[in-house]
Amino acid sequence: MSTPPAGTTLIDPETIAYFYDEEADGFGEPASAAEAPRNPGLMVSAGVIGLGFLALAVSLLGSMPLAGAWTPFLLSFGLLTAGTIGYAWFAYKDTVPGIKHDGIMFGNTTHRGAIAWALGIALTGFYVVLYWWPEYLARAIALVEPLSQALAGQPANQWFLYGFLYTMAVVLFGFRMFMRYRHNRYHIIRTISVMFFQLVLAFILPHLLRALNEPEFYFSYFWPLKYDYLFPGTVDYLVNSPGALGSFMVFWGAVCSFIATPVLTYYYGKRWYCSWVCGCGGLAETLGDPWRHLTPKSTVSWKIERAIIYAVLLLIILTTAVLWVSSTSEGALSSISAPLQQWYGFYIGAVFAGVIGVGFYPVLGNRVWCRFGCPMAAVLGIIQRFFSRFRITTNGGQCMSCGNCTTYCEMGIDVRAYAERGENIVRSSCVGCGVCSAVCPRGVLKLENGPSHGDRYPGSDKPLGALSTAVSKGARVYGDRDGYV
Amino acid sequence: MHTVIVGNGVTGVTAATRLRQLQPDWKISLVSGESAFHYSRPALMYIFMGHMTYEATKPFEDRFWRDQRLDLVRDWVTGIDIEDKQLVLHRNGRLPYDRLLIATGAKSNKFGWPGQDLEGVQGLYNLKDLRQLYKNAERTRHAVIVGGGLIGIELAEMLHSRHIHVTFLIREPSYWCNVLPMEESGMINRLIEEQGIGLIRETNLKEIVDDGSGRVEAVVTEFDDRIECQFVGLTPGVSPNTDLVKSTPIETGRGVLVDHSFRTNIPDIYAAGDCAEIVSRNGGRNLIQQVWYTGKKQGKAAGEVLAGEDTAYDPGIWFNSAKFFDLEYQTYGMILSTPQPGEQHLYWEHPSHRHAVRVVGADGCIKAFNFMGIRARHEVCERWIAERRTVEYVLDHLEEANFDPEFFVRHETEIVRSLKEQLA
Repeated sequence: MSTPPAGTTLIDPETIAYFYDEEADGFGEPASAAEAPRNPGLMVSAGVIGLGFLALAVSLLGSMPLAGAWTPFLLSFGLLTAGTIGYAWFAYKDTVPGIKHDGIMFGNTTHRGAIAWALGIALTGFYVVLYWWPEYLARAIALVEPLSQALAGQPANQWFLYGFLYTMAVVLFGFRMFMRYRHNRYHIIRTISVMFFQLVLAFILPHLLRALNEPEFYFSYFWPLKYDYLFPGTVDYLVNSPGALGSFMVFWGAVCSFIATPVLTYYYGKRWYCSWVCGCGGLAETLGDPWRHLTPKSTVSWKIERAIIYAVLLLIILTTAVLWVSSTSEGALSSISAPLQQWYGFYIGAVFAGVIGVGFYPVLGNRVWCRFGCPMAAVLGIIQRFFSRFRITTNGGQCMSCGNCTTYCEMGIDVRAYAERGENIVRSSCVGCGVCSAVCPRGVLKLENGPSHGDRYPGSDKPLGALSTAVSKGARVYGDRDGYV
Repeated sequence: MHTVIVGNGVTGVTAATRLRQLQPDWKISLVSGESAFHYSRPALMYIFMGHMTYEATKPFEDRFWRDQRLDLVRDWVTGIDIEDKQLVLHRNGRLPYDRLLIATGAKSNKFGWPGQDLEGVQGLYNLKDLRQLYKNAERTRHAVIVGGGLIGIELAEMLHSRHIHVTFLIREPSYWCNVLPMEESGMINRLIEEQGIGLIRETNLKEIVDDGSGRVEAVVTEFDDRIECQFVGLTPGVSPNTDLVKSTPIETGRGVLVDHSFRTNIPDIYAAGDCAEIVSRNGGRNLIQQVWYTGKKQGKAAGEVLAGEDTAYDPGIWFNSAKFFDLEYQTYGMILSTPQPGEQHLYWEHPSHRHAVRVVGADGCIKAFNFMGIRARHEVCERWIAERRTVEYVLDHLEEANFDPEFFVRHETEIVRSLKEQLA
């Protein structure tokens, strides 16, 4: 920075905080405001949710026998379901269809207030207990026993309980998405899609398979996200399970990982999986929707994202390779393969994807795992970035830099930086949720599968050229913000 | 070479970044008293409604300015010393310049209404106004907004989001019908009323009533109707902000007078954006443009001029957009509120009153479009207008212009059928 003329008040970027605070001051939560119109339906629904939690608490903390009894299960989860559906219905039914973001930045739950922290701690705590102290969940597991018996014909365990709660969250908050986005068919259809894949392929079908004495298999998860599906141990187990279904599962998993993934991503972008099929994405897009704006947007967070996500990808490739070498060479590398497998399963599979990934929703946003950790997202992203027809088209000069798109991007992409320069957005991290397009007040953004990958932006018809340019530019894969025009 | 830009709005900042691209080594300073950093003025409403934080309205991360070596000066400019080529700053000091760009924007109109300076009465243009609105909104249960333009309806939406009851007082028989044709304007009337906002038409404000303590307690209309309120929003438009140059030899009309290269009558002093009045080259009307897009476009051209390039501003084909509550509006080409001689207006509106298209032709060629509740491709509409495509061609290819998100219900079949009937 050049020296300012004497006596000039020059802003020093290093000590900018003072000036920033001056502006931000007074723009927080309104001190007092006119009361919202009374909404009796909403109050009743909240009461029903309260009763549901009461029934749940009585079931979990009481001493009556639970195993095999439908009543406590139906009472607890029935009331919670009815209350949640009712709450979403009454909250939005009388509103004019459109974007519903009033007060998001003031909300205690939505903007890192005490409720958000409490929820974050509770969610994190649940994952910790689930992974490491499942014995404390014994009564909760007993509570879902009747459903497990009905579906899988087998006793419930903590994973059945987890799958049930997970699916319930996707379905109930999926309904909330229907109400919130009822003016936008893209959101309705993709929400139906994630609800279907979670409910049918990631919950009902795997447990039905168990009922039929087949391996519990999740057809909507593939390697490298479901990392053990290509581990030699799993492959052996599936191939050697009685009947042909096990071999088909191995075949299915391999086809999805190595053929469906590149082909579908070429045509539709990463979104076909991340915001239409994947269960992690499904939870993020439903339960996680109230916190999508919390994802950090800074360049620094972008650098961290790329460092971690590709490191995890390399790690799972390495782990898988070492396991295969070890299994085919009669234990040559078993001294490292076993610890590596354990380490990955613990730190990445459990701590990162579960505890941090979902537990931190209310604090760090709904895509922490998807953005920073998921190796599947990394693979899909590389394909999307270099060989895909998908792009977000910017509509000429209509952007007015308001920043709604960037604010509500759950992947932390500074969408505005591209839109305001009239550039299309082609970023590896974009999961194609479509919210930037929905919130744009000037109709600037549109998710599209174009006729080829070569018309997305100048130079993108030469993917290898784009790759080398990106590498030579260092930090910025695409779109260094060197100008406003 | 030291270039100083007064104002860090979109015009000043666009000029600065364009200049930086062209002149990597020059010293460039941006002076603003309003905010340390550039923020998006149209996003003010989203801060108030809780959609965004103030931080998020800044198009650039704070490090951008250092990376680009754009010096930010936080001060108000109180005068220009043209002889010594220095700016006089409010806090302290003087800032010498070699070239100066005035990009001071616009300011809210006030029409001398009795009581217009009472507490609880304000316009909405800058951060200071927004901060004041935060305070005023706290005690407001009922608000009156006077003036039916874009800022007026934004202010109505903002207050409405905090459950404040709003009455909208407009001079015209229908919202913004001095700019929009009656049909589009009617859609917005309907929307305003659907939100539970009172719309009082063809009514002027007579006075704003003091509650005895210097605060507003009611407004009185020209028909002597009294409306109790704790807040009055005055949004009767904006005018170029020429305060800084009024006492200097720099010539002003309604705005700072400049040629098509943004030169004022004083060498090395330029003006662009909302504050500028571009003098017509052929004796026609002077050009004052006060929307975001023209501010950006003028800023880009001004940055080139500052860098020493021989750029003349070309306004190009007009476009604009807005959002009225949940209804999006885009326009390409110039459509006035009433059909001009030789123009043919074709109009389709969906029975739900949430989608409409107006296609304007002249001499059989396409001239302009209005889209309500339908997104359209800027590039396609502009190209058709520039290439003077026939209206028939445009109707046959209308679906190419659609920019709605995937899976949205498309209306082209009905639109084209209806418009072709009107064409025949």
